[in-house]
Amino acid sequence: MELFQYPYMQRALIGALVIGLAAPALGIYLVQRRLALIGDGVGHVALTGVGAGLLLNRSPVLVAVIAATIGAIAIEIVRARGRTSGDLALALLFYGGIAGGVLLVGLSDATSANLNAYLFGSLTTISPADLTTIAVLGAAILVTMIALRPALFAVSHDEEYARVSGLPVRTLNLLIAVATAVTVTIAMRAVGVLLISALMVVPVATAQQVTRGFRSTMAAAMALGLFAAGSGVWVAATADTAPGASVVLVAIASFLVVAVAGALWRVVRRRTTPTAAPTAAPTPEPHEVVLG
Amino acid sequence: MTSPVITIEHGVVGYDGRPVLRDISLTVTAGEVVAILGANGSGKSTLIRAVLGLVPISAGSVTLFDRPLRRFRQWARIGYVPQRLGAGGGVPATVREVVASGRLARRGVLRPPGRADRAAVNAALGAVGLADRAGDPVSTLSGGQQQRTLIARALAGQPELLVLDEPTAGVDAASQEAFAGALRDFVADGGTVLLVAHELGPLRPVISRAVVVHEGRIAHDGAVPDPAGHHAEPDHDHVHPHCYDEPAGLWSN
Repeated sequence: MELFQYPYMQRALIGALVIGLAAPALGIYLVQRRLALIGDGVGHVALTGVGAGLLLNRSPVLVAVIAATIGAIAIEIVRARGRTSGDLALALLFYGGIAGGVLLVGLSDATSANLNAYLFGSLTTISPADLTTIAVLGAAILVTMIALRPALFAVSHDEEYARVSGLPVRTLNLLIAVATAVTVTIAMRAVGVLLISALMVVPVATAQQVTRGFRSTMAAAMALGLFAAGSGVWVAATADTAPGASVVLVAIASFLVVAVAGALWRVVRRRTTPTAAPTAAPTPEPHEVVLG
Repeated sequence: MTSPVITIEHGVVGYDGRPVLRDISLTVTAGEVVAILGANGSGKSTLIRAVLGLVPISAGSVTLFDRPLRRFRQWARIGYVPQRLGAGGGVPATVREVVASGRLARRGVLRPPGRADRAAVNAALGAVGLADRAGDPVSTLSGGQQQRTLIARALAGQPELLVLDEPTAGVDAASQEAFAGALRDFVADGGTVLLVAHELGPLRPVISRAVVVHEGRIAHDGAVPDPAGHHAEPDHDHVHPHCYDEPAGLWSN
């Protein structure tokens, strides 16, 4: 625990907690729209921004925000236009993004350690200025996702109905795309480009196994994200493991614990109420589990 | 009280160059309950989707409440009931949460729900007989109950016009009765209804006018066709001479 006396560990912890809270608050809308992997794609594009930033000696995070935003808007336009050629266009964007990133990082003076920091996260090198950026943008994401929940829920749940309700569907979709880009870029420092989707999606997948409504799923997913971030950083500090990977593994472990506990509970309930089972209403359909 | 609510003039809709609706003209006035009937693939669902602007018309015009569709903004006056609830990504949502979406047209994106919103949601849940399921995830409901959830969502917005796409398809008898009751109350309060149906069932007494779409054109516009056996009647207006594959009792239950 003494490690947390050091300012860099405190910054790592605070940064992780902010991202652990904000990522699932956005991720729930992505899961609802079956775009669970979108964070991954935007992360690939963000990597090109990192490369460009390193090459031009500008803030990699700032350039990554711009690149990721352009990428996310492009993906949203492809999605809105129809799905037939959509997945191929997305594939081009994803692989173009990561190849461009690797190429540009290679051209710059950066070392492979630099690249690794963005691919897999580097919580312990967060500067006070980085932390301010993470906190401000994370708070903005949180407030937006919570304040606009009814409208964002409606658009994610039934886009046609939202359109007939006169909601600004295109604006709301672009808002989600931009929020995805921003979340990916701030989370990049914590868990890395390759693990971002996990923090957006896994807490939601865990929560929806036990919740009944959208609002409760959102609250539970945010609590789980906070828990995974906090305990992941703690594990990393005490066992000297990679923080980003530790956070994601804690999140996945929570998923497995809840899945197993839920299955056991259903078995126990069936055994203890043998007479009720045959007369019970048709068993509820199992919730679809969306794993990143 | 006969102001036009929906007017389509010479509407044409095509998908990928294949015409689905050819030259449709239709006017629905306030207080009418119009059923659009027709075989699968006749274009009846496309017709209401064109009215709502969900599919673009390639020729002709659509007017809603005396405004061209392109400039129509008063969406709170319309309640739309799609054929079924999309599966979504599996994130659970309660019946109340889905029905509450129906208030957004009236409330807007930024304003949080107030007392009037909650009261309207409760009233809509009661109208379709789902008040006791409000807290349950919609995925645990039967098909008919899910359909009633969608109707409650539309009613929650307190619309003047209800547009329903096959509201009774694959719906159990209890839900059909509950739905017919909700529709009757809506019409009694002065509402206008445009619905697409494959069969009318318990809705039959509520319908004031039937429009039969056949191969992208209106083949009949007037009284509700009689149930089974009507082909034999001397004054029968034979509206679908080319649909031999349709069962005779198409509009009976």
